[in-house]
Amino acid sequence: MRRLTSVTCLLALAALALLGGCGEPQFSDAEKKTIASMALSTLPSLKPDTTNRYADAPAAAALGSTLFFDVGMSRDGTVSCSTCHKIDRQFQDDLPQAVGVGHTNRRTMPLAGVARNPWFFWDGRRDSLWAQALTPLENPLEQAGNRAAFAHYIEKRFGERYERIFGPLPNLSTVPANASPLGTDAEKAAWNVMAAAQQDDVNRVYANIGKAIAAFERSIEPQQTRFDRFAIDLATGAKPEGDAAFSPEEILGLKLFIGKANCVTCHNGPRFTDNAFHNTGVPPVEGLPPDRGRVDAAAQVEADPFNCLGKFRDGDDSACRELRFMVKDGPQIMRAYKTPSLRGAADRPPYMHAGQFSTLEEVVAHYSKAPPSVEGVSEVHPLDLSDRERAALVAFLKTLSD
Amino acid sequence: MASIWRYILAGLGLAALLVGIVAVVYLRLPHSVSGPDLSRSKKTSNGLFVASFEPERGVVRQGELQSWLLTLKTAAGAPVEGAAITVSGGMPQHDHGLPTSPQATDYLGEGRYRIDGVKFTMGGWWQLHFAISAAAGSDTVVFNIVL
Ligand SMILES: [Cu+2]
Repeated sequence: MRRLTSVTCLLALAALALLGGCGEPQFSDAEKKTIASMALSTLPSLKPDTTNRYADAPAAAALGSTLFFDVGMSRDGTVSCSTCHKIDRQFQDDLPQAVGVGHTNRRTMPLAGVARNPWFFWDGRRDSLWAQALTPLENPLEQAGNRAAFAHYIEKRFGERYERIFGPLPNLSTVPANASPLGTDAEKAAWNVMAAAQQDDVNRVYANIGKAIAAFERSIEPQQTRFDRFAIDLATGAKPEGDAAFSPEEILGLKLFIGKANCVTCHNGPRFTDNAFHNTGVPPVEGLPPDRGRVDAAAQVEADPFNCLGKFRDGDDSACRELRFMVKDGPQIMRAYKTPSLRGAADRPPYMHAGQFSTLEEVVAHYSKAPPSVEGVSEVHPLDLSDRERAALVAFLKTLSD
Repeated sequence: MASIWRYILAGLGLAALLVGIVAVVYLRLPHSVSGPDLSRSKKTSNGLFVASFEPERGVVRQGELQSWLLTLKTAAGAPVEGAAITVSGGMPQHDHGLPTSPQATDYLGEGRYRIDGVKFTMGGWWQLHFAISAAAGSDTVVFNIVL
């Protein structure tokens, strides 16, 4: 009789082990599908940018790379794109807020996969990579230049290279040394007395500077990580070997990421971003100017003469649907910021749009606690993750950097 | 006596095991939870029109700006022409609206209107609300889309 009891117990244990998944199968089919959708191998090839006809021209990319690293592309000759977008630091600068000619109010964004964004900057105040590249050039806190000075500089330093790509430079001999609709009072005054055709000539050279820099930046793409090797093995049913094998903690973190912690809701796809804007209750930084995020940026991108609907776009306006159908106002874009990619994030603290959090642990703790937003409404709800769960999420995030 | 109790105990154990197996198998079966109405064709709220809503290219792709077709017929089956359509929506379980502002951009004939600028940025339950104004009057309809 004792034997019957023990046989029953054994049977029960075996059935539970089989059905409960105590053995090898660690992920459900739904989880496997989600994990596969985040693997770098599912990233489609980069689509052509019809708004920039030089986007895939090697000579434009070469000139763009020269300009990207050239400190001559600034008011005082000390700042280039690469000052903040450091080539050996994932094209970011490790600072809570970028420092160019002055101290800005936003965290420098890394550039891997940047050409795939529909919107640029944390708040999406530009709608193309080439229009984005023009913005720091004239921002008094970044490169602090002005478009007339840039046009003269291009003619003097790179005239021949420019003309081989973009055709003849306009006659700039009567263009003031410094003039811009966005500059100092003197620069604005100088701009306003220029003939419309001359303003157009300068704007055209200026737009082409952006198009060359964008052509270069298109080559900066995300790299395969441990997570991607793990995901490929999981999808093909191979046993992950070596560094592709995940520790139990990393597996727990991945399960939380795509499950209970809801991270994958916004950090989805192979770039771990939905390319959209969300208020997640990230607190403002004391001492910085008021920052309302997307709600102000929508008006800025609409007013930008270099936006997709402006006259400096190449190709037809079918490329402008993001701008055409963007959400322009409403409570949901108050203090909303773009979902950043998480690839490489573990190696580039601090985090958030103004470097509010100095570690991934702080970031995860923020989302677990989900404090209300100072303005607008946070979309995040408290998760009350345990210490072990928060540590597991951080461990998983690190697999996106190795 | 003691042996009878053992038999009862073993029987109970087996019964429990059976119940457990049935429960686990049941939980693992893909069964449809009563969710939102996913039909792509329905009467508008006051029965003024019959509305159909389909992705123009047949498939819904998360994260892509897509165009959809809204087809409007009267209850009698005649195409509705010259309708003014406004679109709103969001994710009822996430308390947020749409990531884009879709618009009726073209009339394609036979009651078909192109609704362009539709984008679903995340998985889950989305709703699109249409306010329709035509010669026959004004009405609304809501379509549920689950990704
Ligand atoms: Cu949502």
